[in-house]
Amino acid sequence: MLKRVVVTGLGVVTSLGCEVSEFWDSICAAKSGVSKIRRFDCSNFKVQFGGEVQNFELTEHMDLLEKDVRRLDRFVQFAMAAAQKAITDSGIDFASGDPYLHGVLVGSGIGGLNEIEQQHSILFDRGPTRVSPLMIPKLMVNAASGNISVRWKLKGPNSAVATACASATNAIGDAYRLIQHGQAKVMVTGGSEAAVTPMGLSGFARMQALSTRNDAPEAASRPFDVDRDGFVMAEGAGICVLEEYEHARSRGANIVAEVLGYGMSADGSHMTAPDPEGRGAARAMQGALNDAEISADSISYVNAHGTSTPLGDKAETMAIKSVYGNHSRTMPVSSTKSQLGHLLGASGGVEFVISSLAIRDQIAPPTINLDHPDEACDLDYVPNEARRMQIDRVMTNSFGFGGHNACLILGKV
Amino acid sequence: MEDKIISIVSEQLSVSKDEISRESNFIDDLQADSLDLVELGMKFEEEFGVSIPDEDYETMKTVGDAIDYIKQRENA
Repeated sequence: MLKRVVVTGLGVVTSLGCEVSEFWDSICAAKSGVSKIRRFDCSNFKVQFGGEVQNFELTEHMDLLEKDVRRLDRFVQFAMAAAQKAITDSGIDFASGDPYLHGVLVGSGIGGLNEIEQQHSILFDRGPTRVSPLMIPKLMVNAASGNISVRWKLKGPNSAVATACASATNAIGDAYRLIQHGQAKVMVTGGSEAAVTPMGLSGFARMQALSTRNDAPEAASRPFDVDRDGFVMAEGAGICVLEEYEHARSRGANIVAEVLGYGMSADGSHMTAPDPEGRGAARAMQGALNDAEISADSISYVNAHGTSTPLGDKAETMAIKSVYGNHSRTMPVSSTKSQLGHLLGASGGVEFVISSLAIRDQIAPPTINLDHPDEACDLDYVPNEARRMQIDRVMTNSFGFGGHNACLILGKV
Repeated sequence: MEDKIISIVSEQLSVSKDEISRESNFIDDLQADSLDLVELGMKFEEEFGVSIPDEDYETMKTVGDAIDYIKQRENA
């Protein structure tokens, strides 16, 4: 008998704030977190803006020694801060209970790119004896999970997922499975990314994947709009606490939502371009519906992957239509990447937080900058203004380079 | 030079200077691990212009050992 799995804690680190309430208010108020990049000089870069987390100091979010902070790459620092918030929010005390049933599964698309770049410069400028002994444990893609496990003494499942921009959704889905199957009672899960660096920004720009709207950064992420010209890089983390339902009830936890289903698939066609008709995406969505044993008609709202790329938004729209049929004509679908930009491997974590809050507050967040919908994108994208509505079930989509498609369904408890 | 070494140890290991003496053992008293010791060695190298071979790290168990070692390397 599979266990029920619920969401009991939420945490974020984003360009729109590091407190869930402030972040959610900004998303619903149609604010953009995208601006000119300030952390490094990118004046000779083709793309000069992104969704940066400004003035982030980990010690403002948790009690840590300076020497411990030095051991954490920026993406791990984001994960730790978001995990601290989610754990505090859930009210769980990891010191009590069975630590072997407490686990962690945090995804990242790239891992410690800041550390790689810094140490690479040191290696070439000053030689191999100057490379930091902390480099390897800082840059590993599993460093977020590992550090969270150590900090909170979580001794159950401890793993990490790297499926590019689907990482966080796959991580949460995999964590959900572990609880369903009784291998853990509580999982700290989600995603983290800090790839807005000189190499990250130039690499994605060279792929022609990014918007180049340097004169109006806040209008650059415009999913489903006819004038969209690529995605906007962003950084941050979205972490949640998933918990076995009876475990959450017995401690009187505040249950935000229930995880109902998880689907995954591969395009199996190209490393970076989506299947033109979104067939892989559609199979992941259908897989999640089958897993939840519910009909497509019962989904109230879809939080789309919607990255603002010409091909991706069109393919996702086709996929949604193929899965939802007539229901897609009236069902609201929005992309909160319009406010945040694309947090890559963390995007699914932040969007899972948003999906949970949509259920909690019965609000569909808007797609901003949607001034002239592309005619190939003809769904109800909740343009520019949040909508108060009945939300019983939410689907959230994430797709990644490599042809990864992941989809989760959440419901009201 | 002793002061300088104690300052570096204090900063690297996030331990207040008053808690550090010549007798402080890096691992038992100052909660350093093997990676801290490598970093500390690199700081000493940079600060005092000496070179510390990897095999010498383990001869420095206490702050006093480090002070004596660096004095000796500087004079050599």
